[in-house]
Amino acid sequence: MEYLSNINSLTSYLPELMIVVTILAVFIMESISSYRPLTYITTIVGLIFAGLLLMISSSSTNLLFEGMIINDSLAIFFKWLILLSTLSIVLISRDDESVLDEVKGEYYAMLLIITLGMFAMVSAKNLLMIYLAIEMVSIPSYIIAGISKNDRESNEASLKYVIYGSFASGIMLFGLSFLYGIAGSLDINVVASKLASFDSSLTVYMIIIFILVGFGYKISMVPFHYWTPDVYQGAPITVTAFLSVAPKAAGFAILIRFFYTLFIDNIEMLQWPQLIAVMAALTMTVGNVLALNQTNIKRLLAYSSISHVGFMLVAFSIVSIDSVVSIMFYMFFYIFMNLSAFYMAIYMSNKYGANEIDQWNGIGLKTPLLSFFMVLSLASLAGLPPTSGFVAKVYVLRNLFADSNFLWLGVVAIINTVISLYYYFKIVRAMYFMKNDELVVQNCNPILFWSIIIFSLQNIIFYFYWPNLIESLNMILINTGIF
Amino acid sequence: MNSSILSLLIFLPVMGAIGMLIIAFLGKQGLMKTENKDIYKYVALVVTGVQMLLAFFLYANFDPTLPVTQSPFTVQFDWIPSFNIEYYIGVDGLSMPMVILAALLSFLCILISWNVEKHVLGYFSLFLLLDAGMMGVFLSLDFFLFYIFWEVMLLPMYFLIGMWGGPQRHYAAIKFFLYTLFGSVFMLLGMLALYFYAPGGNSFNLIHLITQAPQIDASLWGFDMRFLIWIALFIGFAIKVPVFPFHTWLPLAHVEAPTAISVILAGVLLKMGTYGFLRISYPLLPEEAVNFSFMMALLGVINIIWGALNAIAQIDLKKMIAYSSVSHMGYVLLGMSGIVGTESAGAQAGMNGAVMQMFNHGTITAMLFTLVGVLYDQAHHRWIVYPMDYKDPELAGKLGFGGLASKLPVFNGFIILAFFAGLGLPALSGFISEAMCFIGGFGSFRVLTIIGTLGILLNAIYFLRAYQRIFLGPFNEKYSDLKDMSLRDMAVIIPLAFLTLLFGVYPQPLLEIMRHSMTKLILLVQPFI
Repeated sequence: MEYLSNINSLTSYLPELMIVVTILAVFIMESISSYRPLTYITTIVGLIFAGLLLMISSSSTNLLFEGMIINDSLAIFFKWLILLSTLSIVLISRDDESVLDEVKGEYYAMLLIITLGMFAMVSAKNLLMIYLAIEMVSIPSYIIAGISKNDRESNEASLKYVIYGSFASGIMLFGLSFLYGIAGSLDINVVASKLASFDSSLTVYMIIIFILVGFGYKISMVPFHYWTPDVYQGAPITVTAFLSVAPKAAGFAILIRFFYTLFIDNIEMLQWPQLIAVMAALTMTVGNVLALNQTNIKRLLAYSSISHVGFMLVAFSIVSIDSVVSIMFYMFFYIFMNLSAFYMAIYMSNKYGANEIDQWNGIGLKTPLLSFFMVLSLASLAGLPPTSGFVAKVYVLRNLFADSNFLWLGVVAIINTVISLYYYFKIVRAMYFMKNDELVVQNCNPILFWSIIIFSLQNIIFYFYWPNLIESLNMILINTGIF
Repeated sequence: MNSSILSLLIFLPVMGAIGMLIIAFLGKQGLMKTENKDIYKYVALVVTGVQMLLAFFLYANFDPTLPVTQSPFTVQFDWIPSFNIEYYIGVDGLSMPMVILAALLSFLCILISWNVEKHVLGYFSLFLLLDAGMMGVFLSLDFFLFYIFWEVMLLPMYFLIGMWGGPQRHYAAIKFFLYTLFGSVFMLLGMLALYFYAPGGNSFNLIHLITQAPQIDASLWGFDMRFLIWIALFIGFAIKVPVFPFHTWLPLAHVEAPTAISVILAGVLLKMGTYGFLRISYPLLPEEAVNFSFMMALLGVINIIWGALNAIAQIDLKKMIAYSSVSHMGYVLLGMSGIVGTESAGAQAGMNGAVMQMFNHGTITAMLFTLVGVLYDQAHHRWIVYPMDYKDPELAGKLGFGGLASKLPVFNGFIILAFFAGLGLPALSGFISEAMCFIGGFGSFRVLTIIGTLGILLNAIYFLRAYQRIFLGPFNEKYSDLKDMSLRDMAVIIPLAFLTLLFGVYPQPLLEIMRHSMTKLILLVQPFI
């Protein structure tokens, strides 16, 4: 493991630099009214270029910027996921009506800044960097949650988000300062080596809990989830879609990196997986049970995303390479199924003003193709075979058996699957079984239409690349050097 | 041909469903005339017809003495190597009757559904998917594959009940879905436990697991691991059967579903539960099968009595038949418990009787539901007696029909056959299999079986009383314009009636298919007594 100087690091940092350039370009264009319509295309081009640069950037275990960040294969995998979600959200945002046209430029810029922050989050190797990255994701998130300035709910969402977020990150910072106090260094490798011989388990427990507040808030882990439903409901729907996938991916990346670096040598003493297991059970159950009675689609999907986080935490409670593979596998398909469900919700919300489930009545037979794919996505979210959601869940459960400490968690998890079926199929029921003769079919714009289809198709065509994906995920983890 | 016939059986309906979607697409583009929705019906009819012929061809070339591993029809190759999942399908004496039953009923159900006018494309394509799932379950020899097919059926079933069903269809659909999913997720846990704990490498291969699973040596929460796996699988299968007390989804789903779907539910889906016991639980966990056989017999007898008592109390004809299914599936459980009989003849009779009862109940209940459907389509109600709180107070508490026998002679003839087969009259197929189940049960659990025989009496009560109230007595003039069975209805009923009569007097062909497989199963389990 080598420290690269700032100048040498830049070559491994090109995707991020590309995003920085795009952010600046978007800001400049936004301020000149005749260029304003170009912000959309600039953002897309910038992201595509960032993707191309990401494609040619090779992973290495060298630390960049004097040990601040690392561009290893784990980071690159999550960067792909983040880039994919950002790009797909930007693509559908042009015709979206939930964000007003006059703030679209700022909106793209904020999405890009969040993306940059998440790139830093998944590759941070330094306590300070971790904190900065999380803040860099959070602050623009507060802004875009409240970007509909005239909408009271959106403002409320933003304010709640700010208060909750700053509180959580304050506590996390407190936890990080403990680590600095113990190790005298901010580099997490150094901290890890000091921590291995540190024998006050109480202190380390406190650190873990404080830090989990910060990370847990980012991925909306129970009991730090309270912001999620309100923010998801209040924020413009494209923002909600974005927040439900990308920050979760980044949050899990940092959770994996942090815990598997810092708290792995003294795992016997700490038994933190027990804590995670309890949190996972709580997260799943609370998410699912509270989703049962929701009538607002965004709120329902918010609770559903909480429960999915819970399921991924189940995998996180098992310390093994297979288990991390299953988290990544789950996250990969979660992004597709969740985004495709959200796209359908965006279509419904934009074209029919439908935010409540009963406003979806009768849509199933009016737009058969899109509704069919929506059912596919919902089936996948509920984890029904033969969709990818099922296979992802099987992978998670399989690791429970490999370890066998937390088999009770398996029972909790499968009962939660049954519960979740009820509310996902409440939507299906509205779509197909309920009648609404007044519904006039509105055209879906082609980008959104194809996004829905391509994303939800992944739920079924993944059989073609499933073994390859698993194999490459394994390779990614072997190459990171964490394990 | 031989090696692809099983895959064809499974995937032909899928191709049919895709074909329908293509036709619909072409129709939308104006390249094909699809105003007449009958084209979808014909596609479904042809597909299921070919599937049925394939099943008969399979039967004609099937050698029951060969073990499944040596059968020329078996197909095995790696599907997902990283997870050790195989595409492993085969047919043996246990699955053969079920395949024929599923293929036959699917074909007949297309005929039954010919009247469907609402969303024809959706109905028939979902039906074909359901068909594919059923075939897949009966042919899979890999647990993972089995599970996927098992669950693939849920979604089409949900829509078929929920969109084309009766007044309470939405509730019935979700209740069916939740109940079955609840069972199958436990099955999933059992499956993963088998995968992990069975020695000799992680595998879902059901044939491989026969030798490996009994060697599982682990415990969890103070219980033996094999016991826990048995319980998990039991919950999964028992809900499908359905075993008391998991049966409450059944009457609702059967009553609310459209006729063809009730036929499939009662005729095929229930059998998947008992098929699961015989295919997976018994061979893989023989020791637990032995320990649990008393429980099986007990639950079987409860099913017989409780189902029959409930059926007696019903005033809705379809609901009565739904409860009679609960009762009849109890015989299967009782027969299966006979495997612990020390007399080999008892065990043989019990196991063969159980599988025969699965087949025979499939044909008989299909007849019953079809005939009720025929009556309902014309009369628009199926009350044996109107309920006391009926919306028309004039009718409340009165007989729903009366004296139909003279008005509908052909219908009357078939319903007599179906009712008598249902109550187990000798010379009809139900009698043979029920008697064999009792013989099997008697060899092991005398008292329980004696109590169980009460079921025959109770069955007779509700069938005969329903017959008397609907078909005998003074003719109800309201129904003077009822028409007798159409040719299409007869085409559905006659094959089923033929099988009922045939296996009532000459069960040998059916017995011959399954006998060898059952002997093998008994030999697997008996050493653990």
